[in-house]
Amino acid sequence: MNTAPPVIAVEELTMRYGERLIQRDLSFTVNQGDIFIIMGGSGCGKSTLLRHLIGLQEPASGNVRFSGQDLWRGDDATRTAIQRRCGVLFQSGALWSSLTLSENIMLPMTEIAALKPAIARELAAVKLALVGLAGFEDFYPSEISGGMKKRAALARAMALDPDILFFDEPSAGLDPLSSAHLDELILELRASLGATIVVVTHELASIFAIGNNSLFLDADSKTMIAGGNPNTLALSGPDTVRAFLNRGKS
Amino acid sequence: MTDRPASAECQVDASVAICRLAGDWRTSQVLPVMDQTKIGGCTALSFDCHELGEWDSSLLVFVLQMTKTAEQNNCRLDTAGLPAGLVRLLQLARAVPAKAQTDEVLHEDGVLEYVGNVTLATWWRIPQNLAFIGDLTQSLGRFVTGKARYQRANLLLFIEDAGPRALPIVSLISFLVGTILAYMGAAQLTLLGAQIYIADLVGIGMVREIAALMTGIILAGRTGAAYAAQLGTMQVNEEIDAFRTFGLPVSDFLVLPRFLALLVMAPLLTLYAGIVGVAAGMLIATTVFDVGAFAYFNQTVKALTLTHFAVGMIKGTVYGALVALAGCLCGMRCGRSAQAVGDATTAAVVLGILLITIAASLLTMVFQRLGI
Repeated sequence: MNTAPPVIAVEELTMRYGERLIQRDLSFTVNQGDIFIIMGGSGCGKSTLLRHLIGLQEPASGNVRFSGQDLWRGDDATRTAIQRRCGVLFQSGALWSSLTLSENIMLPMTEIAALKPAIARELAAVKLALVGLAGFEDFYPSEISGGMKKRAALARAMALDPDILFFDEPSAGLDPLSSAHLDELILELRASLGATIVVVTHELASIFAIGNNSLFLDADSKTMIAGGNPNTLALSGPDTVRAFLNRGKS
Repeated sequence: MTDRPASAECQVDASVAICRLAGDWRTSQVLPVMDQTKIGGCTALSFDCHELGEWDSSLLVFVLQMTKTAEQNNCRLDTAGLPAGLVRLLQLARAVPAKAQTDEVLHEDGVLEYVGNVTLATWWRIPQNLAFIGDLTQSLGRFVTGKARYQRANLLLFIEDAGPRALPIVSLISFLVGTILAYMGAAQLTLLGAQIYIADLVGIGMVREIAALMTGIILAGRTGAAYAAQLGTMQVNEEIDAFRTFGLPVSDFLVLPRFLALLVMAPLLTLYAGIVGVAAGMLIATTVFDVGAFAYFNQTVKALTLTHFAVGMIKGTVYGALVALAGCLCGMRCGRSAQAVGDATTAAVVLGILLITIAASLLTMVFQRLGI
């Protein structure tokens, strides 16, 4: 019997921007090896929830625990330690524009993992090859396409071999083929690295293709209204969720 | 095809209003205005469009207004006479009822609200600003003990950009300011036949005060603005968030090299500006006011002590540090839009110049008191 605490446990999380309530009373757990989808309509607070999970924004109330360790109530060292277990793929890629792709991936390796530059350079080349960008080491982010930026950013997110990966709208701005390719890459990552993956998306194809657990945030009631396997939710979830997952057709 | 003017008439027949629409309806033309009160007493409204030619959204606006009036007067609407496309557009436009405003949304504030909002925003920013300065102080501490994590190549790039690349504009402005000082001094001093003292005036004035001030203002407009725009854009692109999620100290990586670059280059630029200003003064004094070049040089050397150079360079260093602080602070607290980057850049320049002016008067007073 496995009694280890879940990889991520969120309890009674309430998020606000100043006075404005974004979402309240969110409680859910993400288990080892899950591909957990955070879904919901535009502007419901999906990305804000992600920012709370990766330590960029402090909750108004509630807890976020990683393997039992509190992200926000602990000291800075605990938070940094948790953040270093996580890799984040931002919506816009967020590659550092003054560095080449290879330098982007090397920076966390040399600065955090204290690797020698020569080793980091080799590792960076391998990470780029994993996402299909071998040979692009010395390109600057402004010199490659949007889809390539996303993949390069994924390579950077994997720089420190994180055991939890966060994706913010991975398929936003990608054509269907690149988007499907990214989905395959996500599945591949889980299979090969055993990573736990949290994805914010409203792309239905992705939701069904990769998600095995999910959370639906509702913009009107400002809380979660369903959770579980998206395929099950599409058949037997609440009306709003069923409509969302079936593009309005029931 | 001939353009027929648009027209609309309303005929009331036994409490049924028939609206005849004719001609070509285009937004670019003058559109008919109809007295909508006629619909008031009617029980039904229908349309006759046999004479209607081409139409665009101007017709939709017109018909929508009529349907609203009709609804307010409980008048039944018959859209059968309208073109099929227009009926579909009407249905689309009316499919979702207008959002009922529960909270009143005010986009234009009164003067008092504006002042209140600005005051509150400034108040809320105080802890943020203190945290920024605290972070930077920690970074500087780590730098001194050799533990700061930044990229040396980056520091060199910032130094190159802040220093050597600013030389042309610093040269031009200090040369012109030196010229102005020489002319201003000469206007009074020639009355006494004391043109030789132009050397003292230009020398001490430039080296001690004006070189630093001009350099500070040039740096605020050139480098401070660039820092705010760079950091602001990084904020928009989530690049700064990326640093945070890796647990990398943003202040070490992004703020420290910029701050150090200005701290190193500002006094050097000040020194350079002072020398260029003195040379400009000499050029004017010798060519326009008949002062011998050698005499001018001697007089300048006599007037300028190392203290003057030291005071000028201390001021330059302080101004440089303030410009870096203003630029990085405004960049780091930038919002996530193009507009916000513009605001951050403006704020960086304004704050930079404001801080320079305050520091200039304080330092002048302090040096005066100390008798330096």
